Amino acid sequence: MHPFQYVQATSLREAIAALNRSPDTTKPMAGGQDLLTELKERIAQPTTVVSLRGVRELRFIREGADGLHIGSMATLAEIEQHPQIRGSYAALAQAAASVGSPQIRSQATLGGNLCQRPRCWYYRAEEFHCLKKGGDRCFAVAGENKYHAIFSPGPCHIVHPSDCAPAAMALGAKARIVSATGERQVSLDDFFEMPNRNLFGENVLRPGELLAEVVIPKPKGTLRSTYAKFRERPSFDFAMCGAAVALDMDGDTCRSARIVLSGVAPVPLHVPDAETALSGKRITQEIASAAATAALKGAQPMTDNAYKVPLATTVVRRAILAAVQGTEAAL
Amino acid sequence: MAKIKVTINEGGFEREVEIEAPEGTGSWPKPDQMHVLGKRTTRLEAPDKVTGRARYTYDVNLPGLLYGKIIRSPHAHARIAKIDVTKAKALPGVKAVIVIDPNKEVTYQGDEIAALAAVSSDVAEDAARLIDIQYDLLPHVASIDDARKPGAPRAIPNRDNVGREERSETGDVNSAFAAADAAIDANYSTQVQTHVCLETHGVVCKWDGDELTVWASTQGVQGVRDELAREFGLPASKVHAITEHMGGGFGSKFGAGVEGSICARLAKDAKAPVKLMLDRKEEHLAVGNRPSIQIHMKAAGKKTGELTALETDSYATGGVGGGAGYPMPYVYSCPNTRIAKREVFINAGAARAFRAPGCPPAAYLMESTMDDLAEKLGVDPLEFRRKNDPNQTRQKQYDMGAERIGWATRRNKVPGSAPGPVKRGIGMGSGAWGGGGGPADIVTTRIHRDGSVEVLCGVQDLGTGTRTAIGVVAAEELGLQPHELKVAIGHTDYGPSNGSGGSVTIGSVSPAAKTSAANAKMQLFQKVAPSLGVTANDLSAQNGRVFVTKDPAKGMSWKDACAKLDAAGISAQGSWIPGLNSSGTAGTQFAEVEVDTETGRVRPLRVVAVHDCGLVVNRLTAESQIYGGVLMGLSFALLEDRILDGPTGRMVNPNMEDYKVVGCLEVPQIDVILMDMPERGVIGLGEPPVIPTAAAIANAVYNAIGVRVRDLPITPDKVLTALSAKAKEA
Repeated sequence: MHPFQYVQATSLREAIAALNRSPDTTKPMAGGQDLLTELKERIAQPTTVVSLRGVRELRFIREGADGLHIGSMATLAEIEQHPQIRGSYAALAQAAASVGSPQIRSQATLGGNLCQRPRCWYYRAEEFHCLKKGGDRCFAVAGENKYHAIFSPGPCHIVHPSDCAPAAMALGAKARIVSATGERQVSLDDFFEMPNRNLFGENVLRPGELLAEVVIPKPKGTLRSTYAKFRERPSFDFAMCGAAVALDMDGDTCRSARIVLSGVAPVPLHVPDAETALSGKRITQEIASAAATAALKGAQPMTDNAYKVPLATTVVRRAILAAVQGTEAAL
Repeated sequence: MAKIKVTINEGGFEREVEIEAPEGTGSWPKPDQMHVLGKRTTRLEAPDKVTGRARYTYDVNLPGLLYGKIIRSPHAHARIAKIDVTKAKALPGVKAVIVIDPNKEVTYQGDEIAALAAVSSDVAEDAARLIDIQYDLLPHVASIDDARKPGAPRAIPNRDNVGREERSETGDVNSAFAAADAAIDANYSTQVQTHVCLETHGVVCKWDGDELTVWASTQGVQGVRDELAREFGLPASKVHAITEHMGGGFGSKFGAGVEGSICARLAKDAKAPVKLMLDRKEEHLAVGNRPSIQIHMKAAGKKTGELTALETDSYATGGVGGGAGYPMPYVYSCPNTRIAKREVFINAGAARAFRAPGCPPAAYLMESTMDDLAEKLGVDPLEFRRKNDPNQTRQKQYDMGAERIGWATRRNKVPGSAPGPVKRGIGMGSGAWGGGGGPADIVTTRIHRDGSVEVLCGVQDLGTGTRTAIGVVAAEELGLQPHELKVAIGHTDYGPSNGSGGSVTIGSVSPAAKTSAANAKMQLFQKVAPSLGVTANDLSAQNGRVFVTKDPAKGMSWKDACAKLDAAGISAQGSWIPGLNSSGTAGTQFAEVEVDTETGRVRPLRVVAVHDCGLVVNRLTAESQIYGGVLMGLSFALLEDRILDGPTGRMVNPNMEDYKVVGCLEVPQIDVILMDMPERGVIGLGEPPVIPTAAAIANAVYNAIGVRVRDLPITPDKVLTALSAKAKEA
């Protein structure tokens, strides 16, 4: 890896200050599970790395009257094991539990998971100078795109790798972003950015800014949520397709729904058409199927990934039915 | 001396040779008189391995150690226009730089260009990037299809992409097809699999004057020694190769390799020891793989259950290397065959021997064909095999496996007919392997006056349990327990040894270990006999005692017996003798899978693996071999795939994230059924269990969903695509 200066921040203020000394060439490091691999592969070459490990004020999980507050340094293991999250925010606990391996989850953080860089094999290999790294083309278009997006405006065709992001989005989460000049709250719906808007990043964070906290509104007692993740290798894998579903239920009837997909687009993909297909309906197999079909409407597969359409349709349908039952989808 | 034929192994490939063997043959005790042979003996090195004390090549650290690094081509095909190492040499901490050939034409991504040694792996990494290399890019071919196109660029200079056709014909194929009751005609393909040894390739080299010590992760310490001795013009006595423990080879680790000779040169130039271990990417790119095959298969048979005709036409590639052969029609007899094979060269790393070279793909191709043809003929697939398989051992294995898996009751009579989206199915596949072994090892048994025993042999343990097997054989002979012995192996100074390939290690080393222990025992008996008033031939050693065979009460403990030795103790050698091992194994596996037709997921539920290996030396490690083989076979069937990017010829998944190997959740229940055939002597079991698994899984998938996936690995996308193609047809 390239040599860099390593700063161990002990407070949020210190971290922000360190990040803003030379914002364009400084990277924050949370659990390091993604950044370290980027450093080793020389994909990220910062001159300064600011470790957030010692910033205690970012490592918390707290349930308040307004909902759940999770510091960006809370680990995925903490989230997956948290009784309140397992109870009222099940989709998020399930998403956290589906990430990597136990070793990774004990290091990886929520902030890191939301802000991780894509797994695209062209992006990750030093030899391919792709669009995202300032090159002149997306190699996936004429190359191997089995794992790539079926919903992308281009010019890059990555899928967003996070499992926690779609789950948090389905639960209506907001991101609290801190910078040297203050802070702002952004709905996760608006946090992620498509490559035609932001080619060199995947979200609205700008150099010098830090994702400090994720706030999830307190669910109504009738909210049921789940995250269904299809992995090619169940032991250890990123999502081939995934679906986070949150249903506000009135008995058998769905008042409203939130559905967000993973593994199909450069951002966690919110699918309002599928939600409309559910709202006001008693959820049957047929209704779930119709919603799943609506979720995949407009998909534009590449040369090797047309299978993602039927696969994601199944994942969405089963996730909806599992959410109704308050279980996890069998995949 | 008598002349006999034995199977030997060179570079992972078997060959039968005639050798001179000592007169007289050995024999093993009768099964009811075995005390440790055939029992379950935990590995002698298990405590070292679980506590981390075991020292692998990766763990070797020496004072002043430097770190080696190989600079490799990022391009699939190019000529080096210019290479300048000035900046790298000038970087503080860089101690040696070698350019392999400044005008080299590199023919695959990962081809070696230069190497260096530095005080740390970080400095080595930085220095590697300071080497300025300019390339003239040459057109490449990244697939069999591309290589075969008219006017395709040549992958290798001065060599046609498609090699000479190898053709064989028996009987009258055309008439047999004409007279058949049914025939099938289909295209299949298998993928490139890389070895994925958990310990990567590599060595640590240390020079003391003109004497070289090399710690190597290798399947043959003696081959490493001889190769480096030749290269550096040294007598073999001045090169020492050591492999205390190693983390897998699977056929890819014979000889010193390019990395071995580079490391020795770097160490010589730098006048310091150098460690050069490859990283995971280099493993996938440059040190071997299992070739891919594309084949057109036609087969025909009779309603009475005979396979009457087989016609195959194939292209297979081992990248820039050869060795893409495979057996056909493999385990079945077919009177009329026309087999055409061609090797194709593409710009990718060269193939190497890989656990049962050619056989797992051959089994998948042949067993899929057998199932499809049986269905078309209206014959039960198991009956179809019974009719066309001449091997009597496998005939018994069919019964054993079928009963265990529930073939008669659990298998879908109509494939794909089970209700619901998640369907179960059962399938089977078979394999055959040689094994064998011959005179290569000399084992030394030392008995000390305090009763302790050392057994020494140069041979390395790939992780199969060779060390423990030697201990078991010697302990049986000496009437001791294996854990009471010290078995020292993996060092050329301990004497001549065989390369571990072709499943010949157990057949080579066990007879030598037995002979050596017997010779040592006889010397001990000669010392002890006078005090018991008998001759050495009247004595036995069992259960830690030495006693008069006909009057077991008359004797003494092993310790007391050894106390009668001189201070020098006993040191006795032994080499291979005939009569204790043989070759030729059969295997059959049955698999049950569950296929989710809406996601394409194939979930293996159970594999029943029925194998023979003659006399079982250690039941525990024999079973481990079968578990490991089944796992590797499952991984080949369902996940592993080297994927090359067409436009650049680069591998897109040279890691363990996207090159997927089975993990714990993908492992089904595995039932091992070991056939005991002690009368045959010992036979190796390293390779056979990997052979039938993919075939059995593929047939189980077909039985579950009624759709054939004709391309390995059987991943969810392919299952969904095959199902949707079938739905469109209907």
